[in-house]
Amino acid sequence: MPKRTDIRRILVIGSGPIIIGQAAEFDYSGTQACQALKEEGYEVILANSNPATIMTDDAIADVVYMEPLTPEFLSKIIRKERPDALLATLGGQTGLNLATELDQRGVLQQYNVELLGTNLEAIEKAEDRELFRQLMIDLNEPIPESKIVSTVDDAVQFANEIGYPIIVRPAYTLGGTGGGMCDDEQSLKETVQNGLAVSPANQCLIERNIAGFKEVEYEVMRDSNDNAIVVCNMENFDPVGVHTGDSIVVAPSQTLSDREYQMLRDVSLKLIRELNIEGGCNVQLALDPNSFQYYVIEVNPRVSRSSALASKATGYPIAKLAAKISVGLTLDEMKNPVTGRTYAHFEPSLDYVVTKIPRWPFDKFQAANRTLGTQMKATGEVMAIGRNFEESLQKAVRSLEIGTHELYIPKLRQLANTELLKRLQKADDERLFLIAEAFRREFKLEEIFNLTQIDYWFLHKLEDLIKLEQQLKTQPWNYDLTVIAKRLGFSDQTLARLWDTEEKFIYDWRLEEHINPVYKMVDTCAAEFESETPYFYSTYEQETESFASNRKKVVVLGSGPIRIGQGIEFDYATVHSVLALKEAGYEAIIINNNPETVSTDFHISDKLYFEPLTIEDVMHVINLEQPEGVIVQFGGQTAISLVDDLVDRGVEILGTSKTAIDSAEDRDQFEQMLEKLNIARPKAKIATSKEEAIGLAREVGYPILVRPSYVLGGRAMEIVYEERDLNRYMEEAVNVHPNRPVLIDRYLVGQELEVDAISDGETVVIPGMMEHIERAGVHSGDSIAVYPTQSIPESVKQTCAQITTEIAKELDVKGLINIQFVYHEGEVYVLEVNPRSSRTVPFLSKVTGVTMANLATQIMLGRTLADLGYRSGLVEEDSTISVKVPVFSFEKLRSVDITLGPEMKSTGEVIGRDNTLEKALYKGIIASGLKVPTEGAVLLTVADQDKQEMINLAKRFHALGFQLYATTGSANVIKQQGLPVEEVNKIADHERNILNVIEEGRVQFVINTLSRGKQTHTDGFKIRREAVEHGIACLTSLDTAEAILTVIESMSFSASPMPKQEVVTV
Amino acid sequence: MSKRYLLLEDGTIYEGRAFGAEINDYVGEVVFQTGMTGYQETLSDPSYCGQMVVMTYPLIGNYGINRDDFETVRPALKALIVKEAENYPSNFRSEMSISQFLSQKGVPGIEGIDTRSLVKKIRRSGTMKGILIDDLANLDQVIDYVKQTALPKDQVSQVSAAKPYVVPGRGLRVVLVDYGMKHGILRELTERGCHITVVPYDTTADEVMQLQPDGIMLSNGPGDPKDVLQGIDLVEDLLGKVPIFGICLGHQLISLACGANTERLKFGHRGANHPVKVIETGEAWMTSQNHGYTVSTESIEHTKLKVTHQAINDGSVEGVEHESLPIFSVQFHPESSPGPSDANVLFDHFLNMMKENKLGGVTSCQKEQIFVGS
Repeated sequence: MPKRTDIRRILVIGSGPIIIGQAAEFDYSGTQACQALKEEGYEVILANSNPATIMTDDAIADVVYMEPLTPEFLSKIIRKERPDALLATLGGQTGLNLATELDQRGVLQQYNVELLGTNLEAIEKAEDRELFRQLMIDLNEPIPESKIVSTVDDAVQFANEIGYPIIVRPAYTLGGTGGGMCDDEQSLKETVQNGLAVSPANQCLIERNIAGFKEVEYEVMRDSNDNAIVVCNMENFDPVGVHTGDSIVVAPSQTLSDREYQMLRDVSLKLIRELNIEGGCNVQLALDPNSFQYYVIEVNPRVSRSSALASKATGYPIAKLAAKISVGLTLDEMKNPVTGRTYAHFEPSLDYVVTKIPRWPFDKFQAANRTLGTQMKATGEVMAIGRNFEESLQKAVRSLEIGTHELYIPKLRQLANTELLKRLQKADDERLFLIAEAFRREFKLEEIFNLTQIDYWFLHKLEDLIKLEQQLKTQPWNYDLTVIAKRLGFSDQTLARLWDTEEKFIYDWRLEEHINPVYKMVDTCAAEFESETPYFYSTYEQETESFASNRKKVVVLGSGPIRIGQGIEFDYATVHSVLALKEAGYEAIIINNNPETVSTDFHISDKLYFEPLTIEDVMHVINLEQPEGVIVQFGGQTAISLVDDLVDRGVEILGTSKTAIDSAEDRDQFEQMLEKLNIARPKAKIATSKEEAIGLAREVGYPILVRPSYVLGGRAMEIVYEERDLNRYMEEAVNVHPNRPVLIDRYLVGQELEVDAISDGETVVIPGMMEHIERAGVHSGDSIAVYPTQSIPESVKQTCAQITTEIAKELDVKGLINIQFVYHEGEVYVLEVNPRSSRTVPFLSKVTGVTMANLATQIMLGRTLADLGYRSGLVEEDSTISVKVPVFSFEKLRSVDITLGPEMKSTGEVIGRDNTLEKALYKGIIASGLKVPTEGAVLLTVADQDKQEMINLAKRFHALGFQLYATTGSANVIKQQGLPVEEVNKIADHERNILNVIEEGRVQFVINTLSRGKQTHTDGFKIRREAVEHGIACLTSLDTAEAILTVIESMSFSASPMPKQEVVTV
Repeated sequence: MSKRYLLLEDGTIYEGRAFGAEINDYVGEVVFQTGMTGYQETLSDPSYCGQMVVMTYPLIGNYGINRDDFETVRPALKALIVKEAENYPSNFRSEMSISQFLSQKGVPGIEGIDTRSLVKKIRRSGTMKGILIDDLANLDQVIDYVKQTALPKDQVSQVSAAKPYVVPGRGLRVVLVDYGMKHGILRELTERGCHITVVPYDTTADEVMQLQPDGIMLSNGPGDPKDVLQGIDLVEDLLGKVPIFGICLGHQLISLACGANTERLKFGHRGANHPVKVIETGEAWMTSQNHGYTVSTESIEHTKLKVTHQAINDGSVEGVEHESLPIFSVQFHPESSPGPSDANVLFDHFLNMMKENKLGGVTSCQKEQIFVGS
């Protein structure tokens, strides 16, 4: 069927900020969708509040709205733009929920906007637990026994009928938020209570536990002509019980016979047809390992994380074709973009194995509960391709960047056997490594199977890998064995560990012995048709399919999996760099391992190598391609950490040199440089032992900021106010020794400023300077940033610009540089210098219009800023005010303290833009998911040092008519001011205590600065978690509270009595 | 594991490891199969008679060999070529590993070769002859031997049933001519309650008609349809007498009998992901295919056949029907196994055709006979 001509303008909804369960995959799908629609000649209007996305670049859509993704703002956009149609199925759960709401409010009808792709009825049928259950019953498709409940009592009663364990799934939530597996009544009660609170529909599904079944997913597509296909099926390494986003996933399925495969394929196609889905859809199924019995677990009537994975795993661009299907095109009339010869009505055939491993944030959140269940906890994922399972698995493991390159975590060696077996029973993030460890201890396969229920096939492979590892240990430098090991994905680093030598020696020896990988193409069709996809993976085999061209070329290193501290912002810059290289006539080659991102869309670069970002894997590509140089500035710490080894092997780093990077990252060199330039920085010392740390802290003076050297995202960084806390920090948080010193900085209370600049060594252009709402001490990634600055004197800004220029020139920065300052008592101090792309580059690029990554890339290629028409200094500021507001995923991560501090905790960001700061803040805050009520109550519970500051806030809340609640200490201070306050009891009291107040939803805000620190048993911690779990805004920085207060003030009228008049009595 | 080599007629040697049975000196046609599951069905599909099959999916044998999923009793292929043969299969139905099975059945295998490079070679140069050897002695002689050995033309006689047999049922009576029939076809008819008589490939039209069938099913089978003269004669003689449904080789025989021509494909269609367009409805089906020959499009023009199904990718003929007689056939495998079941509805179509024909009674039959006779 040809495409529709009765519609012209299409509104596409993006997925908003990155949160756990909804990440970069929607930038990938959204970008593809917008491009696909434009390609077909439609005008695309895009709404997305996430500035760190490629899809919000003005080249991707015709009109871009970076406004909060709320029904109110979308209604405004619809009224203004009057689109003919709305495409919501590519914006994740956010997109679907908004479409539903716009429909319910009658907005779509009123403005005659047609919903494209899947219709709302289908969405509802798939999303509403009860409707879905009914549909399955009508279709005679098996589902686990279940019941929808709206009260805890109903849940308990049903559980008593069908028995424990029980799975709880709250309705209409992302990534299984609030759900979980319950073994007894106690945990069931807790989980259901929480689940009902987070579910917008106040419903939970209580379900029979089918843990231990194989979990299989099918990615299916259907067009308006009822043609339906399977793009890819995937088998989870972890059996049912672990959220698929938290499972290790393998494509295609490995242990299914054709009968099982086709049976589940038929079910999947039946469902997509029955739901009348037009576009992509994900079907999750559970299959009994001992029979043909299966259950339908879930249907996602939209593109998803799994579809992004399936696209990268097969080469088949699901989102792009889904967008085209939504405007009427059918599968049999669209070309398969990979072969360019065959058609999209096709089921890809793989001749390799793909493994995906989630990346969890537990390195950041040490206190978090690491067990995996129905609630997703991963922030990102890696994918690897190999010609066998072992190769793809081991490549994926070394892509994770979790401190190991292999199926070996040294600390697990210390575990007692009993502990090891105990941990195997409940899945956690280290299960794969625990299994490897168990095989090292020669546990029997059956024993591990009984504990984990992981299919024998996978366990056998792991056992064989460990057997080979043991064999390798005894036969160092054995050629034949090495060839076998390389084919099974062993890295040089592993061999180096086993042979007690250095990775470099192994690498050199191997090259001498001509043990080299070849590159195979991902072509969707197992080589049946000729393809020219520039998408490759390495393997140890005979024939290579990737050949170096004779063009000038540059390799760009990507930033690997998305994690806290290194998010989609780095992929954004990477993509821009690649595009700049292409513009400049270079062949742009990218190496990356993240299946969710735009950078690994093989249409972006001239050549994509889907490979781990380790020195070995990167060097193999470089050896083949012989590029002019490598760009590391955009790949975050992932790429930066390879610089030393690359330089060591004679590779040219484009742009800022290794020496410059070292001078910024190495404390001593950094200090020397600042001293030389006469630039102030907070007093700082380096300690290599606990005793030394305590002595130095006295010298520097409390409060101090302590952290280990060489970290990204402020890992393990803490503000310490007194010696007792420092003792605890040194004992618990860091493993200090002479090679891993701890840095002690004076913590200066002041305003934080952040600058991103582009430099060619001569000219230093500063596109913009941002001011943080939260004072220094809150990680810059977790602060609300405002552009242009609002409260900083011009002279101070000039000083910062001056310092930036001096540092950039001194370091001879060729490319990007990011500097963080603190403005303390009239003085500017430098906190941090990063000679590379930063988290704020996409935000600043968008609000200032200066395409920073593009310019930086051109500089690396030898252009100068003068050539490009730029002069040194701060670029003239825009009058529109933009704020960047962090977004957190705390409701997904139990037992994580939400207090803002020097360690970064946010997973994403949104933008708010308007012509006053208050309006911009309002939009930013709303977009981040917080509510801004103009009346209600606020609960204040602050630390002693904050009490004076709190008074002002209390007064203002009172003036707005908010009721004040406070704990004793805070309440006393408020009473002294003559304000009415309701005192609430400490947690230790059983009645009317602070937790009851939160649980009962009596307050709209909690302002809490109590007991900072890591202990999870403190009252402060419990109060904060309680607020998160009940969806109540909890502000842990008085600055954030003040900002919100300002917004509320601007929105409401206060009620104040008339001043008493002097009455003249007659 | 000992070394084993695959030698192609152009002199290319792939070094791998032996699995399955001992080698024989059989020269086979090397073809590739792109299905990711279904190796057991492929192994036992008689259409692979005389061929050495390369599986494009690298891990073969993961779910073992079970007792249920055979398409015939004895594998007809000459060798299996894989990247990795799994020694520890895992599936509740698994009875043995693929290597054990091949050893039992006397089929040699080779693993550990770069199967993707082999597939690309076949894609570029077309299907080739090859042989498995365990050492590289007298290589030139072996190459000459491969070159000089002609591929057989009598595969159908090797795999067809030797004698007729009955699979009783109480429904419509179908005579199924076995050219190397996959059990899947029999299964689909049995599931629909048919009374089936399976007859050898060289059964005559008279013999067939004596069984008083309501319809005739022509099965799949190996090789060049033009080598199966008895089949072409049979269809010619049966035209207009009863409804006929042909699959794969059966489809080619019907086409030849109706005056169309067949030709050899460069490297065939073998896999489970071949999209086919149903011309009448505009639907597209994912089909399972296994054929090295095809009915040439232009040859259909001057016949009484019309194209009903077409390959989406290369536009080749995937199905035909007679303009006036109850005869239709498809190039792909509606019985799947292995592969998707999208086209399964064709068996219902065949049953309806037989029913209608029966109801239509003598008149319509007579008319057709007159037509054919004239």
